[in-house]
Amino acid sequence: MAGQSSYTYKNPVIRWFDSRLPMVSLVREQLVDFPTPKNLNYFWTLGGIAAIFLVLQIVTGIVLAMHYTPHVDHAFESVEKIMRDVNYGWLLRYLHQNGASFFFIAVFIHMFRGLYYGSYKAPREVLWMLGVVILLLMMATAFMGYVLPWGQMSFWGATVITNLFSALPFVGPTIVEWLWGGFSVDNPTLNRFFALHYLLPFVILGVVVLHIWALHVPGNNNPTGVEVKSSKDTVPFHPYYTVKDLFAIVVFMAVYFAFVFYMPNALGHPDNYIPADPLVTPAHIVPEWYFLPFYAILRAVPDKLGGVLLMFASIFVLFLLPWLDTSKVKSAKYRPLAKQFFWIFFLVCLGLGYLGAAPAEGGYVIAARILTFWYFAHFLIILPVLGLIEKPRPLPASISESVLKVTQGGGVPAGMPAPAESPEKRG
Amino acid sequence: MKSLTMFSQTSVRLAGIALVAGALALATAMPAEAAGKADKPTSYEWTFSGPFGTFDRGQLQRGYQVYKEVCAACHAMSKIAFRNLSQPGGPGFSEDQVKALAAEFEIEDGPDENGETFFRTAVASDRFPSPFPNQQAARAAMGGAYPPDLSVMAKARKNGPNYLKSLLTGYLDEPPEGFELGDGMYYNKYFPGHQIAMAPPLYDEGIEYTDGTAMTADQYAKDVTAFMMWAAEPALEQRKQMGLQVMIFMLIFAALLYLSKQRLWRNIEH
Repeated sequence: MAGQSSYTYKNPVIRWFDSRLPMVSLVREQLVDFPTPKNLNYFWTLGGIAAIFLVLQIVTGIVLAMHYTPHVDHAFESVEKIMRDVNYGWLLRYLHQNGASFFFIAVFIHMFRGLYYGSYKAPREVLWMLGVVILLLMMATAFMGYVLPWGQMSFWGATVITNLFSALPFVGPTIVEWLWGGFSVDNPTLNRFFALHYLLPFVILGVVVLHIWALHVPGNNNPTGVEVKSSKDTVPFHPYYTVKDLFAIVVFMAVYFAFVFYMPNALGHPDNYIPADPLVTPAHIVPEWYFLPFYAILRAVPDKLGGVLLMFASIFVLFLLPWLDTSKVKSAKYRPLAKQFFWIFFLVCLGLGYLGAAPAEGGYVIAARILTFWYFAHFLIILPVLGLIEKPRPLPASISESVLKVTQGGGVPAGMPAPAESPEKRG
Repeated sequence: MKSLTMFSQTSVRLAGIALVAGALALATAMPAEAAGKADKPTSYEWTFSGPFGTFDRGQLQRGYQVYKEVCAACHAMSKIAFRNLSQPGGPGFSEDQVKALAAEFEIEDGPDENGETFFRTAVASDRFPSPFPNQQAARAAMGGAYPPDLSVMAKARKNGPNYLKSLLTGYLDEPPEGFELGDGMYYNKYFPGHQIAMAPPLYDEGIEYTDGTAMTADQYAKDVTAFMMWAAEPALEQRKQMGLQVMIFMLIFAALLYLSKQRLWRNIEH
């Protein structure tokens, strides 16, 4: 991606090194001078925030791994040892445990931003699909991480989720035994989950590098969805977005620290402070909050195999999204119908999250079925049809023109509602 | 086409709201769980709650006394060591007091040079000795019920401290009419299903306090609950103190960054 650098470095050592391996130039071109649309709002800071959390999880995780014992007889005990006897062990563990939640919060907002502003559309399809790969890897990593403390929810969550694979015809039971390394969730399962929980974050890191690479080929999308036309539309990434992003990072981290220091267990389940007992099933087995919408989809289907397939389909449909959305206009800001359907979809996801935590009975199941239907209808029916029937508002000629219109306030075409209802904030 | 768009716009909004609202209303209208649901625990005042909360040293010391004289007969607290009792943010016993408290216990150790296990006096670095060697032994002695380890109990139940305090004082002498109480079971308002194998553990005047605190079952329950909270979260005070420093730093840092950003962007239309 780094072409021949046009910059000559004054320092002879840097000049010598950079002409042999243009690392300094790479950083300068991709992270310092990189032309970035000047109209990005705060929703564009969540990608950077997510990256920070990946690093934070890896750093805290490596130190935790130095003190953790992946054995069914010692795992729970070793986590308590970290909390009590390791210097600042309680801090490391609470940072890691809540870090997972806030990593997901950042990624979910990041994805909803992509959905709203059409960031998945040409020429950013590969960028979007790599993001979905990251989400899948994150889910696998988080799930296995939750098993490690070997509490009741660890054990029973692992049992429920691994058992899903038994629904596959013919090969199901064999696959489940292969996952377990035995005939039930036991020590071999814990061992391999620990090994994979240590491995997968580095795989995520690799895909994040590809994700950023794929971002830096076309450059950022922006709230208008109109591509950059000239250098008047952009500012250099540094210092404009380094400082703005850093501000957003600090605000986001402040919320995260409020959880870490004042309510570290609010996002967890109390049952995970009970050591795993294969003979006692908890009253309600619930996954971590970030899996709840998918869990609701799983349980909405009366057939086990159907539920499993639908749950995986709820992620895989995202791979097809760039081709399901038929509209040429990217940003929902200029799509009156798509904008409303976006917010309905957002509420449907929240509703599914709520239902994922509710018991799977009666009205909850009916509600989950309605919302599951809507979830898929959004991608498979609404988005393809909308692009054909919707009449988008006129697009600005360029980013700089859209910025001037808003600032002067007089240029908004008649009949066009004030842009205040869009989630955009100007910095 | 335009009027069609306008129409569908409104109808879409209404349909969406109705859909989500309807689905959620349907969900919330359902009975939460089957019968036998426990009462909601009472909310109590705790010195350790809130962002500036700290433990009351005297309360933790009394709580240790209640644990030692009552709970420890059946319940282990195997993750706590005697040395923890003198750590900062805890009950605040002196190191000499801790040595004396540990010396009240005999613990099994070994093997010695002959391969035999032996008994010795406990020292500060020992964990609290457990009343039973294993779960099976506990069940055998307790008529099938297993008294759980209390080390992290305050975090292992929803609304932990309030639940524990409510449970300890939530016994009824007679179950409500029509309630079938099992053999050897007790009726408790706050226990899921209302049937608990633990006999009411605390009675007024049951434990001799020496610091003039009221010797009531209610006070004992409060003190031992605070002690369990400390046992589950020994770094609570340190955590909240550090949290305050971190939050102040983040606030100032965020303000400075915001001002820098405003200054940087002031001449850019964006």
